[in-house]
Amino acid sequence: MSPLLQGILTVVIGVGGCVGYFWSSNLVLDKVLFPPKGPDAGRNINRANAIRPWLFLLPALAALGLYLVYPVFGSFWRSLFNRAGTEFVGAGNYAALMGDGEFRGALFNNFLWVLFVPAASTFLGLLVAQLTDRLKWGNFAKSLIFMPMAISFVGASLIWKFVYAVDPDIGIINAIRDTLGLSPIDPLQVGFWNNFFLMVILVWVQTGFAMVILSAALRGIPEETIEAAIIDGASPVQIFFRIKIPQIMGTIVVVWTTITILVLKVFDIVYAMTGGNFGTQILPSYMMEYMFRDDGRATAVAFVIMIIVLPVMVWNIVQAKREVH
Amino acid sequence: MAMSNDDGIAGAKSGLSLVTNVTVILLVILWLIPTVGLLVSSFRDRDAISGSGWWRAFTATTQNFAVSTEGEFADTPDGWTLTGNVFGADGSGEVSAFGGRRSEPNAFAPGETAELVRGRTLTVESNGDFVYVDPDEEAPSRNPTLYVASEVPPTFGTDNYETILFSNGMDRAFINTLTVTIPATIIPILVAAFAAYALAWMDFPFRGTIIAIIVGLLVVPLQLALVPMLKFHNMIGIGQSFYGIWFAHTGFGLPLAIYLLRNYMVGLPRDIIESAKVDGATDFQVFTRIVLPLSFPALASFAIFQFLWTWNDLLIAKVFLPSSAESWVMTVKIADDLLGSRGGDWGILAAAAFVSIAVPLLVFFTMQRYLVRGLLAGSVK
Repeated sequence: MSPLLQGILTVVIGVGGCVGYFWSSNLVLDKVLFPPKGPDAGRNINRANAIRPWLFLLPALAALGLYLVYPVFGSFWRSLFNRAGTEFVGAGNYAALMGDGEFRGALFNNFLWVLFVPAASTFLGLLVAQLTDRLKWGNFAKSLIFMPMAISFVGASLIWKFVYAVDPDIGIINAIRDTLGLSPIDPLQVGFWNNFFLMVILVWVQTGFAMVILSAALRGIPEETIEAAIIDGASPVQIFFRIKIPQIMGTIVVVWTTITILVLKVFDIVYAMTGGNFGTQILPSYMMEYMFRDDGRATAVAFVIMIIVLPVMVWNIVQAKREVH
Repeated sequence: MAMSNDDGIAGAKSGLSLVTNVTVILLVILWLIPTVGLLVSSFRDRDAISGSGWWRAFTATTQNFAVSTEGEFADTPDGWTLTGNVFGADGSGEVSAFGGRRSEPNAFAPGETAELVRGRTLTVESNGDFVYVDPDEEAPSRNPTLYVASEVPPTFGTDNYETILFSNGMDRAFINTLTVTIPATIIPILVAAFAAYALAWMDFPFRGTIIAIIVGLLVVPLQLALVPMLKFHNMIGIGQSFYGIWFAHTGFGLPLAIYLLRNYMVGLPRDIIESAKVDGATDFQVFTRIVLPLSFPALASFAIFQFLWTWNDLLIAKVFLPSSAESWVMTVKIADDLLGSRGGDWGILAAAAFVSIAVPLLVFFTMQRYLVRGLLAGSVK
């Protein structure tokens, strides 16, 4: 069977099974278990309605529990064991991490990523959002800057490999250096700064995201506040920093944290560009180095990432609880 | 109000708007350059790419060629003589300069006679005809290599795409990506839509807690799931397979799906749903006949997210799919195979990258409205 046909068949079975579950489970509930007729009709309807939410929720809760809740504990538990998973080593893997210079380097680099990428993306996103706000071709410009969002990190890495190519006939950076009479460099091997050359790729991708959300936030600012400031003689710069920024501060924080969380997940760029060499390792790529080789070490790294994300998670839950009540 | 059309003071207006326009144009160009470079390069062959930058792809360029001569030397009064044409018997072109050594390919103008080492001479005419004379006693054992520079008109072709699609396994990877993406997009939507309806419109204990937990799960790093879930997949017998990756993508996509869909469904008018229930519709009927059709914009938003995310994913595919070549999706194919084995073959790499990003770009430009709407619903409260 051709792979395409096989694919299509499995798609039909997978999706069909899913639809089948909801349809048949509701059918069983209404027709077999608690039919809304006969002497117990009223009670049966109530019973069916008490069960139905859980029928609706069951697949989702099962998948969430299995793929997101259980792994938090499962990974932590696994990280307390040795490479083969046969011997309990307590905090041994964490101690090994702390003793590994590469891990400390990855932690430091990740710290740089978390500082730079959200700041740069949010700043550029805000800049573009503000500049295009009153522009006739603003939507067109925004759409082009938003485009990298659709490109995979691997694709983006490849795109930037061209930009960073050492050959001045391929890499535009070295072409510019060439015309200025400078010798070509490999940006990916320039100590310390190569981290920032990698971050630029993620900033390139994420600026569009920040721009879209901040642009909507800017449009949501009540006109009266701006008009009042204009009448009071405020300059455009003052209006932007004193009137607009304070009003969209909440959105800026949301954008900033969303990108921060993303930064802690992205291993593709480092993996495809340098493979973690030349001092560019970050936690997700460091983890992938140990994945399949030393699960104890890999899960320990994953749990370190979890601990870094934890404050945001708690904050999210508190906000959500407040909203629902 | 007229005033709302600009923030500024009347006098500063035109200057400011000029600065704004120029800045935005520069930013857009800056943002497009990397992608345009890749696109242009994907249509150029290997020699063209290494010969001149893609930014000069549309102008005729001077390229240096090393020509390995063929044919027999003739014994003439001047010495052993070799004649021929640097463009081959059937080729044509215009020589702009030539030389006898690799280090000096542009040393002589066409028609000049170059004095080479040990009394050898070389003349290349602008039409490519050359005469090489070696005054040595013995016949030369090897044919010389000539170096010529020639004007090359810009050439574009789809050779890279043909190579990558028909002889490189990228077609297989494309189908694999599609096989991963379609169920991994549709299944979480179905699962999440039912859950979101329950969380939005049904009354049951622990509802608020479940919602809060789902919001918390939005940020759980996927890395945590890799080791335990791969072990789980091996345990239940699906191992590294398409089933495994569909389940994984479903699990990882659900928090955002439920969150987006619930937020949307909560905002639907209460009257419609309650009057349907008064008329005797069950929750299942209300959901399938009323809520689902009305939620189309939110469903579309999430579908685009999930599609882009699964199509572009590298991490999950590397862990949950077998590592053999026939199961590679495009991202794995590019990152693990092409970047290594074809590292210097820029044209092939560019074409492969474009094959992999063409579909997401198409989806992006046709359905941008829904994507933006989903982004806004997902992050602004």
